[in-house]
Amino acid sequence: MAMDASEIETLIKESLPDAQVTIEDLRGDGDHYAAYVTSAEFVGKSRVQQHQLVYSALKGRMGNELHALALQTSAPESS
Amino acid sequence: MSDNPVFDRIQSEIDGNDVVLFMKGSPMFPQCGFSAAVTHALTTMEVKFKGVDVLEDGEIRNGIKEFTNWPTIPQLYVKGEFVGGCDIVREMYEAGELQELFKEKGVVAA
Repeated sequence: MAMDASEIETLIKESLPDAQVTIEDLRGDGDHYAAYVTSAEFVGKSRVQQHQLVYSALKGRMGNELHALALQTSAPESS
Repeated sequence: MSDNPVFDRIQSEIDGNDVVLFMKGSPMFPQCGFSAAVTHALTTMEVKFKGVDVLEDGEIRNGIKEFTNWPTIPQLYVKGEFVGGCDIVREMYEAGELQELFKEKGVVAA
């Protein structure tokens, strides 16, 4: 089952309100996405912890309805 | 020992092998593009690893997700530590960080 890109973005922003989220539908099939997420919550966290924050924002959908989401996370550039 | 016998089996794989990849299919015949990508990175770096095929074992397939608190497969462990899934491994490999990690951990010659 596919998920809308906007739904993915909404879920991420519910948990990480400051997040900048860019989502690409890689194959145009609503099933294979890439997401780039930047949030101040990521500062000082390992990549694994950053991805875990995003996965937990997606509330169990990752690996289920959401079949493939290539994820790239980063902390904001310090200004 | 944990209360969960599957967790004990997972832990013993991780304890018994320096590099363990929980994957779909085998290192020779990966059954999923993400597992194949990580296998390819490890093979290219000439890292010896134990592949655990989760398709052969439904208990581990579900158990590993809970064990690591990670929703997807593959999952790479090095010297007992969870390194990441396909995206993180690819990112680290491309940045040269994975090679560094294996050297640091003494898995490959420095």
